[in-house]
Amino acid sequence: MVAISSLTSDVRSPPRRRLGDLLEPWFYLSPALVMIALVLVVPVIIGIGYSLRKFSAFRSEFVGLEQYQTMLSDPELRLALWNTVLWTAGSVFFQFFLGLGLALLLNRPFFGRRVVQALVFLPWAVPTFLSGLTWAWLFNPVVGPVPHWLHAVGLMSEPRNILSDPATAMWGPIIANVWFGIPFFAITLLAALKSIPGELYEAAAIDGASAWQGFTKVTLPFLASTIAITVMLRTIWIATLADLIYVMTAGGPAGSTETVATYIYVTAFKSLDKGYASAVASLLLVLLVLYAAGLLYMRRRATPEAEA
Amino acid sequence: MIAGRSAVRRGLAEAGVYGAIALYVGFALFPIYWTLKISVTPGELLYREGITAWPSSTTLANYGRVLSETDFPHYFLNSVTVSVGTAVIVTLIASAAGYALSRFRFQGKATVGFLLLLTQTFPLVMVIPPIYRVMGQIGLTDSLIGLIIIYTAFNIAFATFLMRSFFDGVPRELEDAAMIDGCTRFTALRRIVLPLTLPGMGATLGFVFTAAWSELLFALMLINQESKKTFAVGLLTFIGKFAVDWGQMMAASVLALIPVCIFFAFLQRYLVTGLTAGAVRG
Repeated sequence: MVAISSLTSDVRSPPRRRLGDLLEPWFYLSPALVMIALVLVVPVIIGIGYSLRKFSAFRSEFVGLEQYQTMLSDPELRLALWNTVLWTAGSVFFQFFLGLGLALLLNRPFFGRRVVQALVFLPWAVPTFLSGLTWAWLFNPVVGPVPHWLHAVGLMSEPRNILSDPATAMWGPIIANVWFGIPFFAITLLAALKSIPGELYEAAAIDGASAWQGFTKVTLPFLASTIAITVMLRTIWIATLADLIYVMTAGGPAGSTETVATYIYVTAFKSLDKGYASAVASLLLVLLVLYAAGLLYMRRRATPEAEA
Repeated sequence: MIAGRSAVRRGLAEAGVYGAIALYVGFALFPIYWTLKISVTPGELLYREGITAWPSSTTLANYGRVLSETDFPHYFLNSVTVSVGTAVIVTLIASAAGYALSRFRFQGKATVGFLLLLTQTFPLVMVIPPIYRVMGQIGLTDSLIGLIIIYTAFNIAFATFLMRSFFDGVPRELEDAAMIDGCTRFTALRRIVLPLTLPGMGATLGFVFTAAWSELLFALMLINQESKKTFAVGLLTFIGKFAVDWGQMMAASVLALIPVCIFFAFLQRYLVTGLTAGAVRG
């Protein structure tokens, strides 16, 4: 009797449990997916719809791809695209190498390391727009020391604001962004460094590897996956970041710090041309997706056995 | 002779390491130090001593005026409400999603991961106009709840990656053992996995808090009412109005920095240890 009832319950429960098992992960995922669908995916689709419409004061009309054609002959957009490349490449390059250097330093024991770690990671907590403002003040000859230093070492004939010279203005937001972003790379790379088993280095040392060989043969291959994903995320975040540049230079002087992100922002909210702004934003979105897809593809080819 | 030379070399390398560390610390702290310095410089000394390392006399008058004559205390409370609300909600949602991605094998898992990654490429400036319109229609402009909803959606993807990594760091065997001993998966989660991922949840909480505290553009677009402004918007309008009052501006900035810096200084350690355990992956 007991045996039979346990047998029947055994027979009955697997399909039900299987359905439950199938649904369980989706149950945990659903709040995240619903939020993302409603607040991110739907607005992006609406935004792509905007890009096909021309907005005037009280109404809008469907114009198809007309605004995409306008983009082809928009010199301001061309400059903004070029500036975006400079701004993104410059920021990511310095953030990454300085962040990697910091992670390598923090991965070795030294006196006061815990305090040092808390201090050097502090810029990450500073709001982006506030890092922009703070650096704008440092570059200001009235309250900031930087122009006076540059003057003292002979790089400037008189203490001027580098943000007001089109030739040097882009360095301002880049420096502010590097300052703000080093901790992101340092934190993620330090975490990856700490997960490298120490025996690998011992084995390399026994085989007579130099410190440099240990770095290139053990450390870098281990970090490769983290590097790929963090560089990708940072590149995308920086390319779409508008507030830091906006508060430092508002795209000026003479458009020399205008990136695609600030151009969209200004077009949408200062010129109130929502349609054209959305068209430019769609272009940026496509470029970023292509970039991400390219990187992911290269990464998969480099490590065929790794599952995504 | 050779030993002597290598000792010198090691000494030099040591000095180089400490020198590099000092440079990093200096670079990280200098802008914060400078903001602090200007904020305590008396107004009449600013133009004469604006660029000296420390003013000949200091004052807290700028802080007094910011706290008593402006709306900053109010902005501060709004920002705390929005940031804490966002951080708590995101951490809960991302923990659930991260758990699912870490512990289950199911069809569509790779697609979910890809979708989360894809949302990272959405330019914020692109979704502002549609969101502004929709939020207007359902009456969530000029509302802190509206901001919390938006910030939550924007932070979920990265927070989920983080939480997944933290869950990956908890050995699966612990859970399996508990389940063999008769625990349900949920009891195993509650009794064993969750306590071990608490530091990770703390780190995620801190990460999202700072992100919400920093956001400017959405708050600028969605909030017009003075009583609903966040700190970021308040500071920017303040700068627009009193562009030359450096002292008060920097005092307000320092006040904006204090909560995030304290929060982050405590939590950054968990961020590193948590990510180490799970070894960041895409």
